[in-house]
Amino acid sequence: MLPAAFEYASPGTLDEALALLDQHADDGKVLAGGQSLIPLLKLRLASPAFLVDINRIPDLDVLEERDGALVIGALVRHKTAERSSLLANRYAVLAEAAPQVADPLVRNRGTLAGSLAHADPSGDWGSVMLAVDAEFVLRSRSGSRTVKARDFFSGPFSTLLQPNEILTEIRIPARRGPTGGAYLKLERKVGDFATVGVAIQLQMDDGKVGTAGIALTAVGPQNIKATEAEAALKGQTLNDKVIKEAGQLAAKAAEPRADLRGSEAYKRNVVRIFTERGLKRAYERARGGG
Amino acid sequence: MARPITITVNGDKHSLEVEPRLLLVHFIRERLRLTGTHIGCDTTHCGACTVLLDGVPVKSCTVLAVQADGRQVTTVESLAVGGLHPIQEGFKQEHGLQCGFCTPGMMMSSFALLQEKPDPTEDEIRWALSGNICRCTGYMNIVKSVRYAAQKMKAAAAVPVEAGARS
Ligand SMILES: Cc1cc2nc3c(=O)[nH]c(=O)nc-3n(C[C@H](O)[C@H](O)[C@H](O)COP(=O)(O)OP(=O)(O)OC[C@H]3O[C@@H](n4cnc5c(N)ncnc54)[C@H](O)[C@@H]3O)c2cc1C
Ligand code: FES
Ligand code: FES
Repeated sequence: MLPAAFEYASPGTLDEALALLDQHADDGKVLAGGQSLIPLLKLRLASPAFLVDINRIPDLDVLEERDGALVIGALVRHKTAERSSLLANRYAVLAEAAPQVADPLVRNRGTLAGSLAHADPSGDWGSVMLAVDAEFVLRSRSGSRTVKARDFFSGPFSTLLQPNEILTEIRIPARRGPTGGAYLKLERKVGDFATVGVAIQLQMDDGKVGTAGIALTAVGPQNIKATEAEAALKGQTLNDKVIKEAGQLAAKAAEPRADLRGSEAYKRNVVRIFTERGLKRAYERARGGG
Repeated sequence: MARPITITVNGDKHSLEVEPRLLLVHFIRERLRLTGTHIGCDTTHCGACTVLLDGVPVKSCTVLAVQADGRQVTTVESLAVGGLHPIQEGFKQEHGLQCGFCTPGMMMSSFALLQEKPDPTEDEIRWALSGNICRCTGYMNIVKSVRYAAQKMKAAAAVPVEAGARS
């Protein structure tokens, strides 16, 4: 399958890329890992007239802690996240999600930022970012703005990104004190999109829950932040009763639809069980420092 | 509009004019006539089209040829040098293929794995090949083939240099 014809540029600087996008605001698109965009071009579900390939821009592959934040640049690929010792040691929910995204070949090219910009409601990173309360730096020729993950997604495959903007950086509050996370995903076979996914982030405070982040994959028109379940956990000692209640609230927040992967009731049940399991796992990690 | 690009494929430089929409797999198969790399699904699912881009296995149906400008591409044709590569020998000895359609992709993913992990466990092999789909074999013999190749390459590496050169 051949995409419709387009013009192509692979600028060597971010400023050039932003200028090109600005010029082609009506018909331009960013090309990152291409693992969602190129299939869409081939199926002609998208036919932009101009592609701005950002892969040759240096420094967009940063993955480091800086100024109180974990910073993930636009060209950090799923594989890099999967292999990062920084993530493995300090950001369990990211480290656990990375190897569960797609298959090794897709992970070698696809980026976290591209996945977020694509905003597939079955995408795993959206939930991870909602759980850790990430924010995204969106740059355009005229400046930059920072948007919270919870405000960023506006529907299936829709975000606040303007056509002339590039998501240059993901920022996650740097880990401090006893923190733990987990990502649980049910898939029909290895490499598949989620039937259900649940991301958990726990910040403990003096033995009690300081803040809890819970977000759901593939059970609604976009990744869902389970705010009622999060609120119910705040200030609580994590016992079985509290965990069970959070599971029920998360299941209530889900808006699954029946499809080949399962019925609505089944998916809601998986959300409930995964929330319970994820909270236990995240709590263990917060206590053990892992 | 066509533009000039230069891609080094299996060590040989190729300078050609291509349209930006040309996929890397078409560049390899149709422009260079290297038809070892297969197109299976054409929808980024099967891995039959796997090649190495600067040493990293990718689905060449999901990379533009212009994106490989100035870079190194390695295809299945590079494996046999003066005789079968241990990976090819492994697939032959252990019956790692039936129809053979997935095999070039399997071999390129295996090659990248063995470069990084010369002695992979069964789990590591299955994980590394999990983006390559085979509809025939059931994977058991593919795993054995990669184990065979690993042993063979280890044995070859253990032979002292002079002895290896003489044999
Ligand atoms: C077989 C297969 C299985 C998959 N399984 C999963 C899975 O299990 N879980 C999952 O989460 N995902 C899965 N994916 C999707 C995968 O994660 C993609 O890599 C990801 O969605 C897109 O990232 P990319 O860098 O390839 O973006 P691209 O394909 O390059 O771009 C995607 C979209 O985002 C835009 N974009 C990209 N980067 C930016 C940026 N920095 N700023 C602004 N806009 C940008 C592009 O213009 C385009 O519209 C799968 C994909 C395939 C092919
Ligand atoms: S042909 Fe490229 S993944 Fe199937
Ligand atoms: S041998 Fe037939 S698809 Fe693998």
